[in-house]
Amino acid sequence: MDQSGIGLWGVPLAMLAGAIRVSTPFIFVSVGECLTERSGRINLGLEGTLVMGAMSAYGTALASGSPWLGVGVAALVGLLLGALHAGICQLPRVNDIATGIGLMLFATGLAFFLGKPFIQPKAPNLGAIDLGWWSSIPQVRQALQVNYLFVLGIALAFALAWALKTTRWGLIVRLAGESVDAALAIGTHVGRVRMIATAVGGSFAGIGGAFLSLYYPGSWNEGLSSGQGLMAVALVIFARWDPVRCLWASLLFGAAGAISPALQSVGVTEGYYLFSAAPYVLTLVLMIATCSPERSLRGAPGELGAVRQKEMRQWPGSMSTRAPIPGPGTAT
Amino acid sequence: MTAIGVAHFPPHEGAPSLELLGFCKRFGSLMALDDVSVKVKAGAFHALLGENGAGKSTLVKCAMGYYAADQGQILLNGREVEIHRPRQAHELGLGMVYQHFTLVPNMTVLENFVLSRDQLPAVIDWSAERRALKTFFETTPFTVPLDTPVADLAAGQKQKGEILRQLYLKRNLLILDEPTSVLTPDEADEVLSTLKELTDAKQITIITITHKFREVNAFCDTVTVLRRGKLIDTKPTAELDNDMMAEMMVGRRENRTVVERNVREPGKPVLQVEGLCVADNVGQRAVEQLTLDVRAGEIVGIAGVSGNGQRELVETLAGQRHAESGRVLVHGELYRATRPEMIRHKIACLPEEPLRNACVAEMSVAENMALRSFDQPPASPDGIRLRRSPMRAAARKLIDAYRVKTPGPDAPIKGLSGGNVQRAVLARELSSEGDLLIVANPCFGLDFAAVAEIRGRIVQARNRGAAVLLVSEDLDEILQLSDRIVVMFDGKLAFEAMAAQAEIGAIGRAMAGH
Repeated sequence: MDQSGIGLWGVPLAMLAGAIRVSTPFIFVSVGECLTERSGRINLGLEGTLVMGAMSAYGTALASGSPWLGVGVAALVGLLLGALHAGICQLPRVNDIATGIGLMLFATGLAFFLGKPFIQPKAPNLGAIDLGWWSSIPQVRQALQVNYLFVLGIALAFALAWALKTTRWGLIVRLAGESVDAALAIGTHVGRVRMIATAVGGSFAGIGGAFLSLYYPGSWNEGLSSGQGLMAVALVIFARWDPVRCLWASLLFGAAGAISPALQSVGVTEGYYLFSAAPYVLTLVLMIATCSPERSLRGAPGELGAVRQKEMRQWPGSMSTRAPIPGPGTAT
Repeated sequence: MTAIGVAHFPPHEGAPSLELLGFCKRFGSLMALDDVSVKVKAGAFHALLGENGAGKSTLVKCAMGYYAADQGQILLNGREVEIHRPRQAHELGLGMVYQHFTLVPNMTVLENFVLSRDQLPAVIDWSAERRALKTFFETTPFTVPLDTPVADLAAGQKQKGEILRQLYLKRNLLILDEPTSVLTPDEADEVLSTLKELTDAKQITIITITHKFREVNAFCDTVTVLRRGKLIDTKPTAELDNDMMAEMMVGRRENRTVVERNVREPGKPVLQVEGLCVADNVGQRAVEQLTLDVRAGEIVGIAGVSGNGQRELVETLAGQRHAESGRVLVHGELYRATRPEMIRHKIACLPEEPLRNACVAEMSVAENMALRSFDQPPASPDGIRLRRSPMRAAARKLIDAYRVKTPGPDAPIKGLSGGNVQRAVLARELSSEGDLLIVANPCFGLDFAAVAEIRGRIVQARNRGAAVLLVSEDLDEILQLSDRIVVMFDGKLAFEAMAAQAEIGAIGRAMAGH
């Protein structure tokens, strides 16, 4: 292949291509988590959901020969895991952080256990849209291979932003996340709203998992996710709980994740592992830069992380008994 | 009226009349409301006046359906109505505004208003909603910015928003629960005077819970006074002056049913507070330039309605809160509420809600009793190791001396009753023979015997020469125990007198900001 054709331009081009590829699971997980957190619940288990989604999608595609059926099954598995998380969290005095970590370990372990037979075989992959047809340079053509799920993810982010702002359903999700008392006062069933939001958020993460095993890297193995689900959760805080900002932040993380392969493609091999750590370093830097113990984050849903002693049934007259609203430090 | 009707507008236009008949409500052994009846005329600006715990909030919460009254009948416009849930009250046009805000801070004013409507379309047409609200705001006496998140509004604007939302929802009987407690006097006047115009125009009826005489005189036409769950009287404001209202509110009281106290001259000042300013949890000044001395062998009682800075003052003295400015001296030395200073100056503190503020609920009674001394001999010979047996022995002595009812020194303290937790903490705090004792609402929620005993212990501490700062919402307690009485209002000292000469009416007026 003619490497010198575009020279150093290969780096930004490879980063663009990488941003599109690497960011896709980030988009799905962070938009899903965004929805869940706007309803007032934290689901840290999305890392596990991502891995379960990847395994089940790969297994289904292998068995049926249809990658899109795999995506559907991954979404369903994510939905069920989200619903399980929501169901456990609805019990009184249950901490959603602890439950989320438990479910993350559970789902990851289950995926490794059930996924053993899928490590070797090759399942059919999802296709891509060729946006580089106009170019004769192979790198450009390759970079502009845009996968369908990336497009779906972008649509999802904008659709969720619109729904949260202008639909009754979106307003009720936000209200459940901002103030349980206010939601109860207008007759909302807060538990049910959070159940739906958590389950749907989980199904988004499942689709993100399907992308990992069916498009890029495009196979199933145990090191597939390497913490991308957790980073996506952190990313929601950086994006201030806004789905469209989740999209931009995911692209940024994707580009950071593509630095080292991009450099490698132009022959820079020194510090490969150092550059591979870029997304993790970026996560840490962003968390430190955006969080402060002194003030609470703007945009943080008011009920996030609040532990309720009882099931949420009291009338708004008893507002003074509310648990204090925690800062973002407790939300992560 | 059936349980949930379909009425989205109140069944009548204009100001309704409301009559509450024979309301009774009991919380455990406490009779919060004892046969209270109030008649509110259509278009009235009706004040409910009373001390903390007089039953004002309980009464209106029963009327709004937040509490189920044990007995009581509601007549709206002369017709009997059933209100078991807040929704039913809303459908009848009753709305409530609280002293704390209920608008959701992370949403804009527009979103808040639209959300609180009963029926929402699946997709909301924001431009139409904005237009509708703008048109509505043209008919209201004041407005708030529509597209600002509520979190960015000033307190006065938030309270206006709360009231506007009630009007937007077509509520024509508003119950305001201390609506001005978070507002400056100017903001309060603006809000109340516009509401007054609405009642004068017979558009709405207002019941307002308050303890500020100034507002009652300026805006209310009728006053109902409650005291300890009982109705004292309902009278037109014009027939009352401040002295009469104060007397109705606090009653004629026997000043002196003193626990046997030595006659003694107070000694040197032990606690000196100079120009202390403290901020509350949201950053507003709660204590404002407070200056106060407490001398040895004297009990200084701080009276006042809760929320006037007493809590923040006690927390600052107990080391739970930082002062913004000003200083505190103990025995003439600067005091920063550190542990060594507390030990050196022998400072003891019984804060309110001791289980939360002065105990570790999961730890045993013995461990909790050792919280002041666990790192000193004999409990710890070298400040590193802990020895259980001296702790347990010390705890046994205190349990006997203060008659703390507990299964044993090793039982977790959270299992004890409120009075026994109070006794256990008091035992710990008084066992060091402190020079300065800071006590806040020591008898809140306790039964008669426990009250007498704890008050006795406080007077004993004073008799042996301790300086005692007593903060209490219970005026009887202040009158019974104090040598000197001060009143806190709005973070400042509003009144100061020797207890023997203090006139009850003057105290009541000071508590109400007059």
